Amino acid sequence: MPLIASSALRFKLSAFEGPLDLLLHLIRENRVDIYDIPIAEITQQYLDYLASWESLDLTIAGEYIVMAATLLEIKSRMLLPKPPAVEEEYEDPRAELVERLLEYQRYQGSIETLRLWEEERSRIHFRGTLENPEDYALPLGEGEMTADHLLHALKRLLESAGIGEEPVTAVVQRRRVSLRMKMAEVLRKVRANPAGVVFETLFSEPWQRYEIVLTFLALLELLRMGRVRAQQKNPKGEIIISPVEAA
Amino acid sequence: MKLSAAIECLLFVAGEPLTIPEIARAAGVEDSAAQAALQDLQRRLEESGSGLQVIDIAGGYQLASRPEYEEPIARLIARSASKLSRAALETAAIIAYRQPITQPEIEAVRGVASGSVLKTLQDRGLIEDVGRRQTVGRPILYSTTRDFLHYFGITDLGELPPLDDSPVDSAPDSSGMLEST
Repeated sequence: MPLIASSALRFKLSAFEGPLDLLLHLIRENRVDIYDIPIAEITQQYLDYLASWESLDLTIAGEYIVMAATLLEIKSRMLLPKPPAVEEEYEDPRAELVERLLEYQRYQGSIETLRLWEEERSRIHFRGTLENPEDYALPLGEGEMTADHLLHALKRLLESAGIGEEPVTAVVQRRRVSLRMKMAEVLRKVRANPAGVVFETLFSEPWQRYEIVLTFLALLELLRMGRVRAQQKNPKGEIIISPVEAA
Repeated sequence: MKLSAAIECLLFVAGEPLTIPEIARAAGVEDSAAQAALQDLQRRLEESGSGLQVIDIAGGYQLASRPEYEEPIARLIARSASKLSRAALETAAIIAYRQPITQPEIEAVRGVASGSVLKTLQDRGLIEDVGRRQTVGRPILYSTTRDFLHYFGITDLGELPPLDDSPVDSAPDSSGMLEST
């Protein structure tokens, strides 16, 4: 028998963030103990909700249906007699669900706080973003650098290799070195100098476009993986690539 | 030259939060002097009835309008960004407390697919990709950004309320910290 009138079930699917939200709603509505959920009633109400949603969007509803199946499974396991004597090994079939509900519920209070902060913060205004941020970029902290600096360094290198002046036609050579191999090579060079190496020295002569690009990609990948670190003392200074100690 | 006036200029020009060391370096003084002059400036703006204030936000100090003058500003400039949905706030909260965290871990807590809401948060610059967990599938790890702090008007994540560990939800007052609404 349902604990609440079925007319109260006229809610839209969109009123809930998901099956856990709906279950918490039912637990609250019925004022039942979360550690002792009357699984038969709650399951029935849950199924009534699903049935009341006339057009179920299957991509969203799928998650609700999985939960329905979980509830039915718990319900059926609770109908089975408890195994005799081995008391300490008996686990309440509801335990895992309760744990998930509690974990989900932990964040609910903070959502309201964030909503309140968002509201308060939206009432104050700041100066808009600068129109020419390049002209006004704040100085970086000691040793910090941006991706732009790396890009400039790459451009300098390509220029000094005289690339860009040559005609567009070229002979496409077979790729001899893979990115992975290049990464290993760059990492080896950097690790050989714990104090760090100068950016330009990572590129081996004779400078070829493919070599430069591949080496640069390898460097970016190593930076992204956190295997090496790039530092620049001042905006026009040398970029030093140093190894990061393996954690 | 008056130090607090110099700092006022710095905050005006910067257009983003400045830390005490950044202010001190630009003004050419010690951190402690910058701190004192900043408080001086805050008091001066307050006492002179200025429409501006210096707030402590996202780990720095920034010049901002006072909330009382929200209306004329709203008539001048149209607000384009919409508020976050409940799903986005829920996801943002989980990331804020559990970072760095992967999409499957978020979905395990929420019980629903969270790909599109993660994209929304990332597009708005509130969360970022900070690497990958070295497990099967190498899932992307997400963390909140400095813009997250700025968006919610806080200075660091320590201001988040402690997680709600009260076990029973049937108690009507499950969100006691929200009386001020």
